[in-house]
Amino acid sequence: MKREFKIISDFIEKDTRVLDVGCGDGTLMQFLQNNKKIDIRGIEISKNNSQKCVSKGLSVIEGDAEKDLSQFPDSSFDFVILSQTLQAFLNPEIVIKELLRVGKKAIVTVPNFGFWKVRFHLLIKGTMPITKNLPDEWYNTPNLHMCTIKDFYKFCHERDIKLDRALALQSEKISSINEKNLSIKNLSAELGIFLIEK
Amino acid sequence: MNKNINIKSLIIDKPLKLDCGKTINNFPLAYETYGSLNEKKDNAILVFHALTGDQFVCGINPITKKDGWWSYAVGSGKAIDTDKYFIICANVIGGCLGSFGPSNTNSETNKIYGTTFPVITINDMVNAQHNLLEFFKIEKLFAVMGGSMGGMQVLQFVSNFPEKAKIAIPIACTSSHSAQNIAFNELGRQSIMADANWLNGDYANQNKNPDKGLSVARMAAHITYLSKNGLQEKFGRKLQERDDLKFSFDADFQIESYLRHQGSVFVDRFDANSYLYITRAMDYFDLTKQYNGNLSKAFEKAKTKFLVISFTSDWLYPTSENKEIVIALNAIGADVAFVEIESDKGHDSFLLNVPEFLNTLKNYINNSYLKNKK
Repeated sequence: MKREFKIISDFIEKDTRVLDVGCGDGTLMQFLQNNKKIDIRGIEISKNNSQKCVSKGLSVIEGDAEKDLSQFPDSSFDFVILSQTLQAFLNPEIVIKELLRVGKKAIVTVPNFGFWKVRFHLLIKGTMPITKNLPDEWYNTPNLHMCTIKDFYKFCHERDIKLDRALALQSEKISSINEKNLSIKNLSAELGIFLIEK
Repeated sequence: MNKNINIKSLIIDKPLKLDCGKTINNFPLAYETYGSLNEKKDNAILVFHALTGDQFVCGINPITKKDGWWSYAVGSGKAIDTDKYFIICANVIGGCLGSFGPSNTNSETNKIYGTTFPVITINDMVNAQHNLLEFFKIEKLFAVMGGSMGGMQVLQFVSNFPEKAKIAIPIACTSSHSAQNIAFNELGRQSIMADANWLNGDYANQNKNPDKGLSVARMAAHITYLSKNGLQEKFGRKLQERDDLKFSFDADFQIESYLRHQGSVFVDRFDANSYLYITRAMDYFDLTKQYNGNLSKAFEKAKTKFLVISFTSDWLYPTSENKEIVIALNAIGADVAFVEIESDKGHDSFLLNVPEFLNTLKNYINNSYLKNKK
């Protein structure tokens, strides 16, 4: 998790405006605020988490990104972050489109459903995988649209979304994802981190 | 009313041009302060009161001998900590607790103004209170905050004086009074005017008081401050000190008795004409219209950090109306936070012991103050 934050922080240039979509309890926002001189906002659907963020003095709006991103004008942020949240949306495609409208660039991290442990779990146990990044049971998971690194990679290509950076994260180890190693990274990485733009 | 009580007040000798076109001069603005202003003068909070509030935010109100209207939120160690911050609150003009209002005597006629008092607006209230900054030699307030009509004043203040507050916290309010809001206020006003003792607003000169009308106005308004579930839970169909219905029009039900009590204690502390004037000011409030239909423009110049708060069961100033403020701020990339607090206490939630609200408010204020120091 720390590693993911560090990578996100490295992607973001200083003196920029940043929006963290699905900012949870504001841990990433605080991390970024302490590391970089940036102007950061957040949007969070859970009441409890929104209150935690606001209690920290963070400018977070309680709201549903699927509806409320429409409030923000085009390119009103330099970076929009979506950290391990894409899979929880009803319509991830629209959300990505909105991210790229509101932000000049978007940073999207996806828990990789193609990770070998996930595949192994399903193959051997025959039940829905439960891992560190995917801790919920099938009946109470907030994750509606799981995808793999390969899925997201293809998704961007098909829509002419520019992949500025594509990184694979496997227990603190970072490596680049490219056309050639895609299938391997899709098996070995727990998390994909993408810097995208229109 | 309140003859022998020491009320601090500032005489404003700068002419104030009111929205109605009239200009007032040398008028009193009653205020109270809590805590102390630090050397850097960066810890001042201006609190705006709601319709029937006054300058006595916390501690014992010297008029009613009860706790101040925001005692749950303001005080030593509380959300708005009087040990840390210097809290200022003024009685709005048009009010009846020492500020220039319809119960004052017109020096030209030697009669109490009554309805000859000029119609005032939220804008006028805020412009009058701005004089407090100069009086206390405060260059910039740390915060402006308030609920309900107090929240409207927060919005108006920031739009009038964009450089004068670091953070702004409008709570359970609106940027424009809705038809439903106006309707309820009109009900209250008509109730006062229907009282034979109102005498076209001249009651004070004739030693009368429209107690009945004012009391019914308060009863009706009080219902709008609570939620259906809140009322049901607290009163249900419980009977008032009786085992069965009396087949009369006495207060059989506890809710009836409660409302009658609310009405009767209100008339002892509030002036009926002030009620007319202040509700009118609320009805006239339409910040969007002031900025030609674009609410965002009201905040364009502000470098203020906003926190908007609403409550789930508030149907008088519902979340949707509070969110309109958030949307207008987001549209111009302003610095805004927003939370909707779960509470079944209705509009009055901001005045009551709602821990989630008070904790969020407390931590937001304290953390914003610390960040501001860095």
